Amino acid sequence: MPSHISFWEQCLETSEESSADAMEREDKGSFLELQNISKRFHGVQALKAVDFSLLPGEVHCIVGENGSGKSTLIKIISGVYTAEPGGEIIIDGVSQPRITPAGSIKLGIQVIYQDHSLFPNLSVAENIAISHHLQPGRSLVNWKKIRDMASETMSKIGVSLDPDRLVEKLSIADRQIVAICRAIATDARLVIMDEPTSSLTRQEVDALFTVVRDLQGKGISALFVSHRLSEVMEIAERVTILRDGMKVGTYAASEIDDRKLAYLMTGKEISYSSLTEDFDRGKVVLDVKNLKKKGNYRDVSFKVHEGEILGITGLLGSGRTELALSLFGMNPPDAGQIFVDGKSVRLHSNQEAISEGIGYLPEDRLTLGLVMDQPVGDNIILTVLERLLNRLNLIDENRRRSSVARGIDDLNIKVSEPGVPVNTLSGGNQQRVVLAKWLATRPKVLLLDSPTVGVDVAAKTGIYGIVRRLAENKMGIVLISDEVPEVLYNCHRILLMHKGRLVGEYLPHQTSEIELSQKINEG
Amino acid sequence: MRGKTGIFFKSTEFYLLLVITGLVAILTVATEDFFTLENLFDVLVSYSFLGIMAVGLLVVLISGGIDISFTATATVAQYVMAIFIIRHGGGWWLAFLIPIAIGITLGALNAVLVYNLRVHSIIITIATLNVFYGVLIFVTKGKWIYSFPDWFANGLRLFEFSTVDGIVYSVSLPIIVLLGVLGMTGFLLNRSSVGRQVYAMGGNLDAARRMGFHIFRLHLFVYCYMGMLAGMAAVVQAQLVQTVAPNAIVGRELEVVAAVVLGGASLAGGAGTLLGTVLGVTLIAVMQNGLTLMGVSSYWHKVVIGLVILVSVSITAYNRKLEERRHAEIDV
Amino acid sequence: MQKLMSDIQKLVSIIAMRRDPTNAYLLVILAGLIGIFSLILSGKFFSIANLQSMAFQVPELGILSMAMMIALLSGGLNLAIIATANMAGIVAAAILTHFIPEGASGAVLMLIMAVSVLAALAMALLIGLLNGWIIASLGVSPILATLGTMTLIQGLNVSLTKGYVISGFPAPILFIGNGVLFGIPVPVLIFAACALLVSLLLRRTAFGVSVYMMGSSEKATRFSGIHIRKMLFKIYALSGFLCGIAALVMISRFNSAKAGYASSYLLVTILAAVLGGVDPFGGFGKMMGLVLALLVLQVISSGLNLLGLSGHLPIALWGGILIFVLFLNILRARLGVGRV
Repeated sequence: MPSHISFWEQCLETSEESSADAMEREDKGSFLELQNISKRFHGVQALKAVDFSLLPGEVHCIVGENGSGKSTLIKIISGVYTAEPGGEIIIDGVSQPRITPAGSIKLGIQVIYQDHSLFPNLSVAENIAISHHLQPGRSLVNWKKIRDMASETMSKIGVSLDPDRLVEKLSIADRQIVAICRAIATDARLVIMDEPTSSLTRQEVDALFTVVRDLQGKGISALFVSHRLSEVMEIAERVTILRDGMKVGTYAASEIDDRKLAYLMTGKEISYSSLTEDFDRGKVVLDVKNLKKKGNYRDVSFKVHEGEILGITGLLGSGRTELALSLFGMNPPDAGQIFVDGKSVRLHSNQEAISEGIGYLPEDRLTLGLVMDQPVGDNIILTVLERLLNRLNLIDENRRRSSVARGIDDLNIKVSEPGVPVNTLSGGNQQRVVLAKWLATRPKVLLLDSPTVGVDVAAKTGIYGIVRRLAENKMGIVLISDEVPEVLYNCHRILLMHKGRLVGEYLPHQTSEIELSQKINEG
Repeated sequence: MRGKTGIFFKSTEFYLLLVITGLVAILTVATEDFFTLENLFDVLVSYSFLGIMAVGLLVVLISGGIDISFTATATVAQYVMAIFIIRHGGGWWLAFLIPIAIGITLGALNAVLVYNLRVHSIIITIATLNVFYGVLIFVTKGKWIYSFPDWFANGLRLFEFSTVDGIVYSVSLPIIVLLGVLGMTGFLLNRSSVGRQVYAMGGNLDAARRMGFHIFRLHLFVYCYMGMLAGMAAVVQAQLVQTVAPNAIVGRELEVVAAVVLGGASLAGGAGTLLGTVLGVTLIAVMQNGLTLMGVSSYWHKVVIGLVILVSVSITAYNRKLEERRHAEIDV
Repeated sequence: MQKLMSDIQKLVSIIAMRRDPTNAYLLVILAGLIGIFSLILSGKFFSIANLQSMAFQVPELGILSMAMMIALLSGGLNLAIIATANMAGIVAAAILTHFIPEGASGAVLMLIMAVSVLAALAMALLIGLLNGWIIASLGVSPILATLGTMTLIQGLNVSLTKGYVISGFPAPILFIGNGVLFGIPVPVLIFAACALLVSLLLRRTAFGVSVYMMGSSEKATRFSGIHIRKMLFKIYALSGFLCGIAALVMISRFNSAKAGYASSYLLVTILAAVLGGVDPFGGFGKMMGLVLALLVLQVISSGLNLLGLSGHLPIALWGGILIFVLFLNILRARLGVGRV
C-alpha cells in the first residue's frame, strides 16, 4: 500500500458524507425518490443499486460519462424502461410499481430531449397545447382552448412568443422555451432536460436559467443532464455523479469544481499542465491577413507555425466556425489573403483547401464528419480517392487496403474489420475515424472544431494525445473550442474571438481558467 | 385563423392565386369561350376526378408518406361496382358503398404493409399498385364494361337551372361528390383531432411516437382515407364516361402527384393545405382548358404543364436556398 | 440423406447470417422458380425458343433499371428514364427514316446509321445533363425535378410524333435488337457490357465510391472534399446515357419508335432495383443483385406466359415477390441479424 495518498483521495476521506448527502437524509418530502434502482441489458449492467432523490423546486444535475448510466436513469424515471425488481420509485410519497411513458407524464414528469421533440410544421400555440389533441375521447379541435392554454403557459413563465409562428422558424433557444412551455402546460412537476445549453449563446443561456429559476419558484423541479459543467453548476443546487452504472455521490454545487467532478466521473486523476511556449517552432505554415467576410468576421490576421497548436476560443456566435469554414474553402472571404506554406491561395471549394493541405474536422461529427451507415474503410479514404487511382483511373485495391490499414493503425481505432459501418463504433473511436480520414490527406494545417464535444473525459485525453503527437510531427493545428480547459491545457497560444473580431491573444501559462472564462464572457 | 394574414401573403397559395387570376384574365380576353358558365361548368366537372384524387393524396402526403396505388384501387373499385350493379341493380347508395368499402380495404392493406415493412411508402405502394392491377386484369381479362343501368347513366342532378341560352345546368354528381369531399377534408384537416395528429406525425415522426401518438392508427387512417376517396372518384369517373376500362385511370398517378405538389404539399410530409391542392388542380385545369380553347393542339399540353411544374419547383427550391443562407448568417 | 439435410441447414444459416444476403435470397428464389416452372411445363421452359425469348426481353428493362439504380444509389430518383428513352428513340428513328436518300450506297447508309445512334445517345445525355442541372444548380429534389422533366419530355415526344409510330428502319440497325452473335442475342451482349462497365464504375472508381457515400449522407460527403454538384451532373448524365442505350435496343427490336413505349416500365425499374437490394434511400446496392432480380422477374414473366397466364399476372406476382422479400428483411432484423 503506497504511503503517498493523492490529493483527491484525501479530500474524499476527510468528509465522510458530504453536506448534500446529509440534506438527503433529512428527507424533507422529496418529490421523487429512487431506491436501489438497477437495470441490466443483455448482460450489461447499466445501473446498479442507485439511490437518488429530488426535492420539489430543486435544480439538480446528473453528470456522468457515456456509459455511466445517466440516460438509462432518465429513461427509468420517465417510464421508457422498467427497473429490475427490488428497486422502488416513489413519487410524492406514493410508491409507483410500474411507470409507463404516458403514466409518467400524468405523474408530472416531462423529458425535453436534445432535439426538443417539437413539431416544426405546427405553430407555437399548437405545439404547447399538443396534449389537447391527445385527450382520450376528443375528436374536434377547440382552437380557442389551444390559444388560451398557450398564452396562459407563456405568461406563467414570463415569456411571450408569437403563438402563430411556426416552430421551424424559431431559433434553438426559442424552441427550447416552447418545449418547456409544453411541459408546463401538462402540469409538470419535474422537467428533465438533456443537454439544454449545448447550442445556446450566453444570453440565451441566461434567459433559460431565468425561466428555470421561475419554475423553481413555482415548486417545479428541474433535472439537467449535461456535459457543460461550468454552466450547469451556475444553476444547479446539487450534482449527482454516476460512474459505470453506480452512484459515486451527490454533492452540493458549491462543494465541487471542474477538476473534482472530472475525477469523480472517471475515477482517474487527470493531470492538467499547460504547454509552454518554448517548443520547436517551425516555419509559418498558415498565414492569414486581414480576412473579412460580411456578417461573419473582419480584420482577422494570425499565423500558425509548424508544430504549433493554436487555440481559437470565444462564445457561440463569435464567428469561429465561419472563420474555420473560410479557411476550408466552404465560405470564401470577401477580402484578405491566405498563405499556406508561403504560397498565396484562393480557396473557393473544400477540394482546393484539401489539395493545399488544409483539413477540417467539423464540430458536428456525426452528421458532417462521417457517413455513419457506410464502412469505416470507405470513410477513411473518402478524402483521398484521387490519390488511390492507378493509370487507368481505377482505384488500386492494394493502395486502398494499405491506406485504410494505416489509418486504423496510426490512430488505434478499435474495429474488428474495416468493412463494418461506422455507426457500430463507440463515440471515441468514431472521432478517431474522423481524424484518420483527415490525416490521410497529409495536411499541413488541421482545423479542429470543438473536437471533443460529447466525448467521454477519458477518451478526450486520448484525442488530446493524438493532437499533440500530430503537432510534434510538424503539423500546424488550429483548435477551436469554447471549453476553457480544453484550450488552456492543449494549446501553445490562444486567440479570443468576439463578434467576428480577434480581441485578444493569450499564452496559457500566463493566464488561468478563471481569467480566460471571464475574458470570454465579457467580450 | 387570426394573425395569419402576414403569413398568407408569402405562401404558395398566394402565388398560385396570383398566377391563376392572371391566367384567367388573359384567357378571358384572348378567347370568348373561356369565361362562360358553360365552359366553367365543363371544366369543373371534367376535373372533379383529379380533384378528388388529389385531395386524398394530400392527406397521405401530409402524414409523411405517399401512395401511388390509388389508381389501381380506383379501377378495382370501378370494376366490382359496375359488375355488381349491372347484375344485381341497386341504387346510388350501393354504387358508392361498394367502391368505398373496396377503397378502404385496399388502403388498409397499404397501411399495414407501410407500417410493418419499414420501407418508404413509395416502394410499398408501387408494389401494391402492381399487385392490385395485375390481379384485376387477370380476373377480368381486361374487358371493358359499358352497359350501365339507366339510373346510373342519368346521374344525379340537383339545383337545375337554365340560362337565357336555354342550356340547362345542374349541380351534377361529380360536383356534388367533389364539394362533399372538399368539405369533409377541410374539416378533417383543420378542425379534427385526427387531422392535426396527421400533420404532427408528418412533421416529426419521432416526436409523435414519443408523445404517445398512435402511429399505426394514424397510418391506417390516412391510407384508408385515400382509398375511400379513390373509390368515390372511381364512381364519379365511371358515371362521367359511362365506361369502365382497365387503363383509363392507371398510368395517371404522376399527374395527381404533380397537381398536389404544385399546390405546395411537400413530399417530406407535414406540409400542404387543402386550398393549395385545390389551387394546384385549378391551375392545371385552367391551363389545359385555356390551351384547348386557344387552339393549341393537345400534344403541347403536357409540355406546358411540364414547364410549369419545373418552374414552380425551381422557384420553391431556390427560395429555400436563399432562406437557408439568410438563416446561416444570423444563427451561428 | 442426413448429410444432405445438415448441409442444407448449414447453407441456410450461412445465407441468413450474411450481412447482406440479398443475392443469396435471390438465387434461392430464382432456383426455386426455375424448378417449379420446369416441373409444371416439363420441357418447354428450357426450350431454345423460350430461353431466346427471355434473353431478348430482359435487356431493355435491364438497362433501364440500371439507369434507375444509379439515381437510387445516390439517394435520388429518376422518374424521367422512360421519357428520355423514348425521346432518344424518336430522334434516332427520325434520322433513320427521313434522312436516307433513295438508293443510298452502303457507306452512306452506314454513316447515317452511325449518326442516328450518336444522336440518340447525345439526346439522352443532354436530357440527363438537364436533370443534373435542375437538381444540382437549382437545388430541386430529384423526384420533383424528374417529374417535371418527365412531363415535359413526354409532351415533346407526343407533339413531335403527333402520336404516330415512326417505323421502317434499314436492316443493319435491326441487328442491334434482333441479331445473334456467337449464339448470344446482341441485346444480351449489350446488357452484359453495360452491367460490367457500370459495375466497374461503381466498385473501382472514385466516382463509384462517392456515389455510395453521397447516397448515405450528402452533407458528410460534401464536407469530405467531394464536389457534390459535379457528382449530380455525372450521375444523371450517366443515367440518361443508359436510357439512350436502352432506346437503341428497344427501337431496333420493334423496328419502330413512338411516344409511349414502355410507359409501364417506370415503376417496374424501381421494383427491380429494390428487389435487387438497392436501398431506396441510397447508399447500398450491387449490380449482381439487380441482375439476379431481373432474372427472377423475367423467369416469372416467361413462365406464366408459357402457362397461358400472361397479361398482367406477372406484374402482380412481381409486386408480391417484392413484398415477400421486404418481409424477409424485417424478419431478419427482428432476429437481430443485418441492417434494416
